[in-house]
Amino acid sequence: MVIYSGKSVFGGIAIGKLYVYTKDDSMVKRVHIDDPEAEIERYHKAKEVAIEQLGELYEKALKEVGEDGAGVFEAHQMMLEDGDYIDSVENIIRTQEVNAEYAVAQTGDSFAQMFLDMEDEYFKGRAADMHDISERVIGVLSGKGNGGIQATEPVIVVADDLAPSETVQMDKDLILSFVTVHGSANSHTSILAKTMNIPAMIGCEIPLDDSVNGKIAVVDGFEGKVYVEPDEETMAAKKKIYDEELEKKALLERLKGKDNVTLDGQHINLYANIGNTKDLGLVMKNDAGGIGLFRSEFIYLGSDHYPTESEQFEIYKTVAQTLAGKKVIIRTLDIGADKQADYFELPKEENPAMGLRAIRICLTRPEVFKTQLRAILRASAFGKIAIMFPMIISLWEVKEIKKVVEEVKAELDEEGLNYDKNIELGIMIETPAAVMVADELAKEVDFFSVGTNDLTQYTLAIDRQNDSLEKFYDSHHPAILKMLKMIVDAAHRNGAWAGICGELGADLSLTKEFLAMGYDELSVSPGRILPIRKVVLETNVSEYRESKET
Amino acid sequence: MAGFDYVIKDIHGIHARPATELFKLIKGRDCVVKVAKGDKEVPFKGVMGIMSLGAKQGDSVKFTFEGAEADALCEEVKAFMEANL
Repeated sequence: MVIYSGKSVFGGIAIGKLYVYTKDDSMVKRVHIDDPEAEIERYHKAKEVAIEQLGELYEKALKEVGEDGAGVFEAHQMMLEDGDYIDSVENIIRTQEVNAEYAVAQTGDSFAQMFLDMEDEYFKGRAADMHDISERVIGVLSGKGNGGIQATEPVIVVADDLAPSETVQMDKDLILSFVTVHGSANSHTSILAKTMNIPAMIGCEIPLDDSVNGKIAVVDGFEGKVYVEPDEETMAAKKKIYDEELEKKALLERLKGKDNVTLDGQHINLYANIGNTKDLGLVMKNDAGGIGLFRSEFIYLGSDHYPTESEQFEIYKTVAQTLAGKKVIIRTLDIGADKQADYFELPKEENPAMGLRAIRICLTRPEVFKTQLRAILRASAFGKIAIMFPMIISLWEVKEIKKVVEEVKAELDEEGLNYDKNIELGIMIETPAAVMVADELAKEVDFFSVGTNDLTQYTLAIDRQNDSLEKFYDSHHPAILKMLKMIVDAAHRNGAWAGICGELGADLSLTKEFLAMGYDELSVSPGRILPIRKVVLETNVSEYRESKET
Repeated sequence: MAGFDYVIKDIHGIHARPATELFKLIKGRDCVVKVAKGDKEVPFKGVMGIMSLGAKQGDSVKFTFEGAEADALCEEVKAFMEANL
């Protein structure tokens, strides 16, 4: 047994034969040609074929890994059409009277070098793209076919590095795992591995020869190790993890489409937290019942001016339509503290966590607030939207907010613009003050959503970013759990519903506790929905309550 | 002649994707576009030139446009930069 270590980019266990993938890197020969113009013509034809091939790869990748992973092929097309690149190839052919293959190889090398000389890691990585596109054109010029995997059973692919064009051409049914000597965590290979849900490793010093080729091996993507010809003991141990993983995956698949109901019939809504429209795919994939927290900050932080009503409206509308009638709770802008946008020109503060942030900005700058409310309300005509306001401490704030909402509604009525007249309004409970006056607040709103991150920080007076306070920090502190109970009780007493959208909501060790407290909703990152559903389905709330009392 | 300065906000800078989208805008238009970062200026003839600037978050880049469509293209490129970078 030989063990090789590397950096894992995706967890999981793969067991199978190793397949060493090597590039066909036969040297490009320099040949003198008599008619440079004809050679240039030959280059352009080959370039067009290469661009066509990339178009096909784009379509294929789009189906396999989606837009993010496929984009590289579109970028490659553009690189082949690049004026500087073309000029360079033509120049070399013309001035040196050499064959197109040589001119392309030279050009590819010099552009790759240009990127390698750059400081930034991302741009350094583009050198690989230069080689990839140049090799493609040379392949067309020399009439060579494209590589693939010649195997009759699924294998663990081992390579020096894999270009996007290489991975996308591989038959995915034949791949158990990717192991590369080089490569980066953001590479196409990594994206593909994540999408395919198979273990992958980079930076692994494995030899690419017959000492591993064809040998049985285990890839452990959790610990970042490859075991070549594992001994019986290792094999048995890994097989056990492999089977468990398989079972877990199957189980989660089975959980899709199920209701979130406990054994004794208590129902809870499981919603997703998202911070960008890019995450909508994950919301659907993980079977979320809705969006419990749509962080609207990204619209502000990704802009250099106050986002206009129509810019915001388009985004909210897309989300509402994508969710097709499922609830979307949009939180109004929560910037300040650690999230800053220059154009807000917020004054520097001694203590930003306790400063001008979130709703305090909105109530200080009503024009910014109104623009967002108008956009959200107009989008509410296209789905089931609710609005949630962050960082509340006082009853007057909620009353003031409701007044502004009514003003905006009246404006829309006057302009004859549509919106959901019964739109739900809720507030985040994330300050100890809000907890203490929760009864009064609940009378004014339709729902509460507890932001446990800030609530914990303000209650324990501990900054979670501060490592040296770890000893004092306790996310399950009795004070927090007691508050959570007070919040849900206050909501229910006053006809409102209550949810949790902070990180604690995804803590599986507390799911039963939240059910017992009577929470109506948990909003968590999309990937946590199915694991929580599993706990819900296995829980008997009344038994749990009794067991706690005894 | 038209032009504008822009400070990159995107964490990845002008990387392959936005460079590709930008070039799509410019391709085939009656206009000569140049991009500069610091004292390095490149003609925008494709994705490599602009990527070779290595413009990252916080860097300021300057676009200049010359030709019949300069003003219109300037607005389009500016809008693209603001929305994506």
